[in-house]
Amino acid sequence: MTETTSPILQLKNVEKHFGSNRVLRDVNLDVERGSSLVILGGSGSGKSVMLKCALGLMTPTAGQILFDGVDVTHDQGKTREAMRARIGMLFQSGALFDSLTVWQNVAFRLLNAQKMNRSRAKERAIETLKKVRLGASVADLYPAELSGGMQKRVALARAIITEPDLIFFDEPTTGLDPITADAINDLILEQVNALGAATVTITHDMASARKVANEIAMLFEGEIIWRGPASQIYDSGNDYVDQFVHGRADGPIQPAI
Amino acid sequence: MSHASTSKRRGFPNPIAWIGRSTIGLLSEVGKLTNFAVRIMAAAFSPSWNFAQIWKQVIAIGFYSLPVVGLSAVFIGAALALNVYTGGNRFGAEQFVPNIVALGITRELGATITGLMLAGRVSAGIAAEIGAMKVTEQIDALKTLSANPFRYLYAPRFLAACLTLPILVFVSDIIGIMGGWLVSVFGLDFDSTTYLRNTVDFLTMEDIVVGLIKAVVFGAVIATMGCYQGSKSKAGATGVGRAATLSMVGAAVLVLAANYMMSTLFVNIGI
Ligand SMILES: Nc1ncnc2c1ncn2[C@@H]1O[C@H](COP(=O)(O)OP(=O)(O)OP(=O)(O)O)[C@@H](O)[C@H]1O
Ligand SMILES: [Mg+2]
Repeated sequence: MTETTSPILQLKNVEKHFGSNRVLRDVNLDVERGSSLVILGGSGSGKSVMLKCALGLMTPTAGQILFDGVDVTHDQGKTREAMRARIGMLFQSGALFDSLTVWQNVAFRLLNAQKMNRSRAKERAIETLKKVRLGASVADLYPAELSGGMQKRVALARAIITEPDLIFFDEPTTGLDPITADAINDLILEQVNALGAATVTITHDMASARKVANEIAMLFEGEIIWRGPASQIYDSGNDYVDQFVHGRADGPIQPAI
Repeated sequence: MSHASTSKRRGFPNPIAWIGRSTIGLLSEVGKLTNFAVRIMAAAFSPSWNFAQIWKQVIAIGFYSLPVVGLSAVFIGAALALNVYTGGNRFGAEQFVPNIVALGITRELGATITGLMLAGRVSAGIAAEIGAMKVTEQIDALKTLSANPFRYLYAPRFLAACLTLPILVFVSDIIGIMGGWLVSVFGLDFDSTTYLRNTVDFLTMEDIVVGLIKAVVFGAVIATMGCYQGSKSKAGATGVGRAATLSMVGAAVLVLAANYMMSTLFVNIGI
């Protein structure tokens, strides 16, 4: 623990191609400990792909990924497992296990990797469900019996239950009503402020971005083209960012049709 | 690069290039499947078995296959008896019906028919289930939660299939022989007691064991193929459907190929 001030996650010149589709071209991104970073970017710009590369679910075509100063780009063994034990991930689609009940989903890591006993794990799951504004009554339902927004919140509970050091939220408030969305924003802030986690949040919701972010970065054409404090997002001086945050159809970013 | 030559090439692919490409594709597929099989077996034989998962799969693969296995066996046994009777009739060998039915069912048909039916029911089912998990990112979620899909998903299915197939084949042997008996006694005027005594006296332990050994291998083939195709399923309903089809066809062909190889082996070593 000599380098406690170094970034918890670093992406260095990361490229990811699918055949001739060069999704990530040269991504450089540092995530500082205890900070909340929001990533903006058009649909299909590669935000989800970037998170999957960081987690080792996809191998980058080129470049390096460092977690806590250790290169995990190609590691398949203990180092990557140790990294994953410290990262929480909310998938854009939720990715709940549909053969397991809600509480078994939320407590999955406790039950499997940590071998916690079932009654204790269930208690923890119900506590965590409360944080995402879901009652104990949903604990024994299956994901298919929940609404889309409820599934998202269950997935969120699963991502935060072990209080990880780094949490990725892929569109946490999409599909939620404004009140629940704001409760989720508070929850993300709590992870950062009370628990000292670092968070990376992908969102299209500017209200949410302004509320949770310390810093905002924008991904465009496979590169991070702008990064700055959240307070500067409306006067970034960057035409691309301006167009994006004001949601204008005309400007340098051409809608792909 | 004249236009004529490119359009010609598009219409009729160069056969040599096509053969080359297919061969390379096939070899690389065989390599990937082998690698996958080795990883499943490594997970299946490392002791830290997930008994809850295995039991769930034994019920799904074994118990719910009983009706289809039983029905196929009874019809195969019946048809076999009928054909052996008509064929044997030509040189007065009708009395061998019980022996040939018993031998054919235990050494070949019981296992092969069960293997083929389960290539459809079980292999395609596993491929569809794993494929759906793949395309909804559940496999990715498993990995991020430190659960190895080989241990958590594939090995329990593999073990359950290897354990239940022999039981199903044994059931299929009994019901298949019963199918032959039904036709012989009620359709061909055989004496019931004589038929059964002939069967029991004639069959050896080896005949039955041969079928059961084949069953274990078929179970391994069926589960591996289902998990393999499912785990590389492409997104969408068509992707999952394709994974199910490929796994069914692949498992069926491999079951028949493995059956032939094992039959050869058993004949050569004299059991
Ligand atoms: N497994 C894959 N195979 C091939 N191409 C992929 C794969 N995953 C993503 N892509 C491609 O990568 C590009 C970026 O996808 P990604 O899901 O990262 O977009 P995104 O920025 O998250 O968009 P959204 O805001 O709509 O979620 C898309 O063009 C997509 O087609
Ligand atoms: Mg996305």
